[in-house]
Amino acid sequence: MSFVKMRDLRVAFDGTQVLHGIDLDVAKGEAVGLVGESGCGKSVTWLAALGLLPGKARVTGSVTLEGQELCGASRAALERVRGGRIAMIFQDPSSSLNPVVRVGRQITEALRIHRALEGDTARNEAIRLMDMVGIPDARGRFNTYPHEFSGGQCQRLMIAMALAGEPDLLIADEPTTALDATIQAQILDLLGTVRDETGMAMVFISHDLGAVSHICERICVMYAGRIVEEGPVQLLFDDPHHPYTRGLFDAIPRLDGGRGRLVPIHGTVPDPKNLPQGCTFSPRCPRATGFCRDNLPLLNPQPDGRQLSCIHPVPVYGQRPQVLDCRGSAAA
Amino acid sequence: MLSFVLSRLLRAFITVLLVMTFAFCVLRLSGDPAQILLGPDAPQEAIDAFRERWGLNDPILVQYWAYLRSLLSLDFGMSMRDKSPALQLVLERIPTTLQLTVPALILKIGIGIPAGVYAALHRESVADRGVIMLAVLGFTMPSFVIGLLLVLIFSVTLGWLPSGGQDGWIHGILPTLTMSIGGVGILARFSRSAMIEVLGQPYIRAASAKGVSWRDVVWKHALPNASVPIVTIVGFMIGSLIAGAVVVETIFAWPGIGRLLVVSVANRDLAVVQCLLLVIAGTMVLANLAVDILYGWLDPRLSRKSGVH
Repeated sequence: MSFVKMRDLRVAFDGTQVLHGIDLDVAKGEAVGLVGESGCGKSVTWLAALGLLPGKARVTGSVTLEGQELCGASRAALERVRGGRIAMIFQDPSSSLNPVVRVGRQITEALRIHRALEGDTARNEAIRLMDMVGIPDARGRFNTYPHEFSGGQCQRLMIAMALAGEPDLLIADEPTTALDATIQAQILDLLGTVRDETGMAMVFISHDLGAVSHICERICVMYAGRIVEEGPVQLLFDDPHHPYTRGLFDAIPRLDGGRGRLVPIHGTVPDPKNLPQGCTFSPRCPRATGFCRDNLPLLNPQPDGRQLSCIHPVPVYGQRPQVLDCRGSAAA
Repeated sequence: MLSFVLSRLLRAFITVLLVMTFAFCVLRLSGDPAQILLGPDAPQEAIDAFRERWGLNDPILVQYWAYLRSLLSLDFGMSMRDKSPALQLVLERIPTTLQLTVPALILKIGIGIPAGVYAALHRESVADRGVIMLAVLGFTMPSFVIGLLLVLIFSVTLGWLPSGGQDGWIHGILPTLTMSIGGVGILARFSRSAMIEVLGQPYIRAASAKGVSWRDVVWKHALPNASVPIVTIVGFMIGSLIAGAVVVETIFAWPGIGRLLVVSVANRDLAVVQCLLLVIAGTMVLANLAVDILYGWLDPRLSRKSGVH
């Protein structure tokens, strides 16, 4: 049974639809990647699920957590879920920590809320968590402030804070985007270790396919507020069917083989206020026909186990990319 | 920390010295106290004797040197009009002014900050728009207009409150209100914009994502961050507690520091004006110093200890 189940999740800001009905399941202990360019609605999907969008956002549809409806749930119910069942870490670790609160207190705050730990017990547990995520001299730095840490260490602290509530699911929203390449790799390793040790499920939001493949078992490719292809990592890597998925792979630099030019995806993600007719990817798609420009394809299950929304999918994929070796390279 | 305070104290001292010197020069360039105090019909001998008595015939540098030397022995000079020590005249008036400015400051803080924070938390609601409108109205209306309007309403039309004088707390109500309205508007606007900025920061969303209740997000995460700009403004207000309000005290005939300043300037009562400016500059500078020290405590990023400025 799915741990989190989204059905027809839609989000609109000031009447502009940005999420057009997302169906997504996350099973217990599973790692799912959510990929796509900036502005595809990857983050919005999970912010909406946790009720973290600003008040002007209109969220409809259903998000259930082991049967409990989160969409439209009371503030108190959502506060119990946040951090305790589903934790989230963000893109910009340095500004995600409160600059005027000591880091130790920011971690013990979560321990108090979700595990009712107080005083020395909380302090010791916070130090253990800081130790676990690889903060050197955790005891000595318990009382320091976020500006005394580097970006990578701030993300480690964010992870420690997320782990404090012993969540069943961690949403990592582009956790490595703001960090440089070597630190990215360290944080990815840390997330992998944490997952192995706790067995929690993970949703990894990124535009970096290399990073996603490193962590996840399943990938959802999003484009303009819709899922366009979904399936097991290896299947999508070996044989992407949606031209957008294929485009994301082609834009990854390769470590082996000849030095050819990268194939970019031309154009940009369409403005949600002004979506093209038919398939929203059709203006940028090399395979689009007149039919694509008039008809919106639906996300349909395929015989090989994936889901795909494309009328003219990519038939064969010639060479297999060595994406597993190029962690840290940006696909977009 | 100590060297920081010492360097600030030195700067404060220089500021006060500059204010003092400026006041000293301007007062002596702007008119002859002998002629103003003794009147236009005074005989020349009386004027000469007056000048001799107060040392006004000496070169200005000699006068300045004498002034500085007397200050070092804490002698602030004598009032030319009352023949009593200037410092005593000023100190006598301070409590009278504080009777207005302290309640006014409490009103400014007690109404302005909560109103601004409330508006920020209910952004674009009717309450928010109301707060903005009243705040703009409050701090754009000059205090003499507000004062006269209040007198018109509460003294002339309704006859509830006295329009002037200083005879019991009931006389203080209108001047206190007049003084606080502008400050309430300023603090409401500043608190609102500071809170709105802070509420848009990633750490606020991160705190919510951690499961912190909205109440605690506002009180423990947002307000401490928004306090720096608010404290700056409150510091200015505390600094001007003693300066009082020249206009408001004049409208309501309140015998405080402001009135003393007006009267002394008009009479060219040199020692009194100099002493007043010294006291006012001193409190302003001390309030600023206190705010600077408070910054480091409110926001560790501004603390000198860590060397991050």
